[in-house]
Amino acid sequence: MPLSFAPLVVSLVLADKIRKYARVNSLQQWEKPLRYTLVFSVFLISTEAVLSAYSITKWIWHVYLIAMIAFSLEQKELRKLRMFVLAFVPFEIVSLITDLAEVINVDFFSANETYFKNAMSLTYIWMVAILFSQNRQFKAAEKERIKRQQEDELNKAIAIRKVELEGLVAERTAELTAQKEELELTLDELRSTQSQLIQAEKMASLGELTAGIAHEIQNPLNFVNNFSEVSKELLDEMMAELDKGNNNDAKEIASDIIQNLEKINHHGKRADAIVKGMLQHSRSSSGQKEPTDVNALADEFLRLAYHGLRAKDKSFNATLKTDLDANIGIIKVIPQDIGRVILNLLTNAFYAVNERKKLNIAGYEPLVSIRTKRQENKVEIDVSDNGNGIPQRVIDKIFQPFFTTKPTGEGTGLGLSLSYDIIVKGHSGELRVETREGEGTVFHIQLPINA
Amino acid sequence: MVKILVVDDERDIQALFEQRFRKEIKNGELEFVFAFSGEEAITYMKDHDQEAVLILSDINMPGMSGLELLRRIKEKYEVPPPLVMMITAYGDTENYSLAMQLGADDFLTKPVDFTALKEKLKAKLV
Ligand SMILES: Nc1ncnc2c1ncn2[C@@H]1O[C@H](COP(=O)(O)OP(=O)(O)O)[C@@H](O)[C@H]1O
Ligand SMILES: [Mg+2]
Repeated sequence: MPLSFAPLVVSLVLADKIRKYARVNSLQQWEKPLRYTLVFSVFLISTEAVLSAYSITKWIWHVYLIAMIAFSLEQKELRKLRMFVLAFVPFEIVSLITDLAEVINVDFFSANETYFKNAMSLTYIWMVAILFSQNRQFKAAEKERIKRQQEDELNKAIAIRKVELEGLVAERTAELTAQKEELELTLDELRSTQSQLIQAEKMASLGELTAGIAHEIQNPLNFVNNFSEVSKELLDEMMAELDKGNNNDAKEIASDIIQNLEKINHHGKRADAIVKGMLQHSRSSSGQKEPTDVNALADEFLRLAYHGLRAKDKSFNATLKTDLDANIGIIKVIPQDIGRVILNLLTNAFYAVNERKKLNIAGYEPLVSIRTKRQENKVEIDVSDNGNGIPQRVIDKIFQPFFTTKPTGEGTGLGLSLSYDIIVKGHSGELRVETREGEGTVFHIQLPINA
Repeated sequence: MVKILVVDDERDIQALFEQRFRKEIKNGELEFVFAFSGEEAITYMKDHDQEAVLILSDINMPGMSGLELLRRIKEKYEVPPPLVMMITAYGDTENYSLAMQLGADDFLTKPVDFTALKEKLKAKLV
């Protein structure tokens, strides 16, 4: 009793293939019908075996297989399985024809049975060959798919990481921006504090100057008053002489008066210059370079600084020496700024000699000098003192803002740092120090002439 | 005739004194010599031994101060030391007491009142 073994295998293999394919390609809707085909195949083969109904069931198998094959070929979603399905087509056709031939014309069938058998064998060979090559193709495709899937997963992981990183970067950027804004605020505050400090330092040195200025103004004013009073007396005398007809005596007196008027004028101008200098010092620097007589500036600030100190400490005394190069000419500088530098250096120098004087060294004569010198393309200004000098361990710090060795209230520590900025940054010049402990200090300023 | 040494770092002080005291100078009552620093005054005193009987000195001068000059004069010239009158722009008690301690004979503040000075000179010298 024959059994429909081949159709069963074909139906199972086909169903199994479609199921696998459906799973991989997530076509869940196929799952159920495929399970039914499995059940149906098992049911059919069992019925056939139990009832020995081969002669009837073989026709059901044919219908069943043709339906399955036709259905599979027809479905668009199973396009890729077409070649696979075609592996079974010759088998079904030949076996159907064989069965039909057997039923319709037994003689013809018997006469050509070998042909039918051979044809059947060919369909098997075809089936195996196709399945074999399909299997290989499927495996390659599967490999490719897995590879792609891995790549996809990797890409997905990368994408996730990228999003994470972007989040981090955004967070960091926000943090940095906040920090930057904070720093900018701090910087602004520092800037305004700095300008306040500079102003305070300026006012402090103006305070130091006030006494000197008062003293400096007092002298010329005394002369103006005295010479004008005397001149009035002289004029009375001159009139008297004229009345007496003593023309020569009158002329002599007149020339004295002329001389006095010149002196009045001179001292008036002197007071004027001092007031102007003071105003200039308190005014914020115009920041403009102007043609300036550096010698006059040096001389003026030497006197002002000296009298400033004298006013504070009456017992203080020092010899002032000036060595001003008459060929210095007029050079372009910011006069207020250079004035401040000279004043700072002089104030420091006076302080240094005063400190040394307190040591009561026999024969010590405090000496502060200022020297100007014209060189080919620069002007030198030296401020020297014979004070205590600057110890090696602090020399590197003296140009730093707020560095001071003076007691609170006596030093701001800003003098040299401001001076350095004015000379080096403001005038492209140089500010150097030379010092020997116990002997004194020289600050050298160099200003380029065509800066 | 009385010789007075005026010490001040302001050079115009000479012209001023010569005019303020022109009558006295003309009449031969007073004679003025001038020094423009403490050091110069000391040199003058050395060169012209005790010629000046009165010294009028500014206190506030660069270099040797008026007070230092006063100290040296009073130290060196014992009998009879010249009269020394100190003049200062800083009318402060500190300078005043220091000058007095050092033996100053008088103490004037700037601006100098010449009428008062004349009277003082007459009182001290005549
Ligand atoms: N001529 C000098 N002799 C000795 N020390 C000096 C001299 N000039 C400056 N210094 C030192 O440098 C320090 C800084 O000077 P400066 O910046 O002018 O500030 P301040 O004078 O307010 O202390 C001083 O405190 C002092 O120790
Ligand atoms: Mg300073």
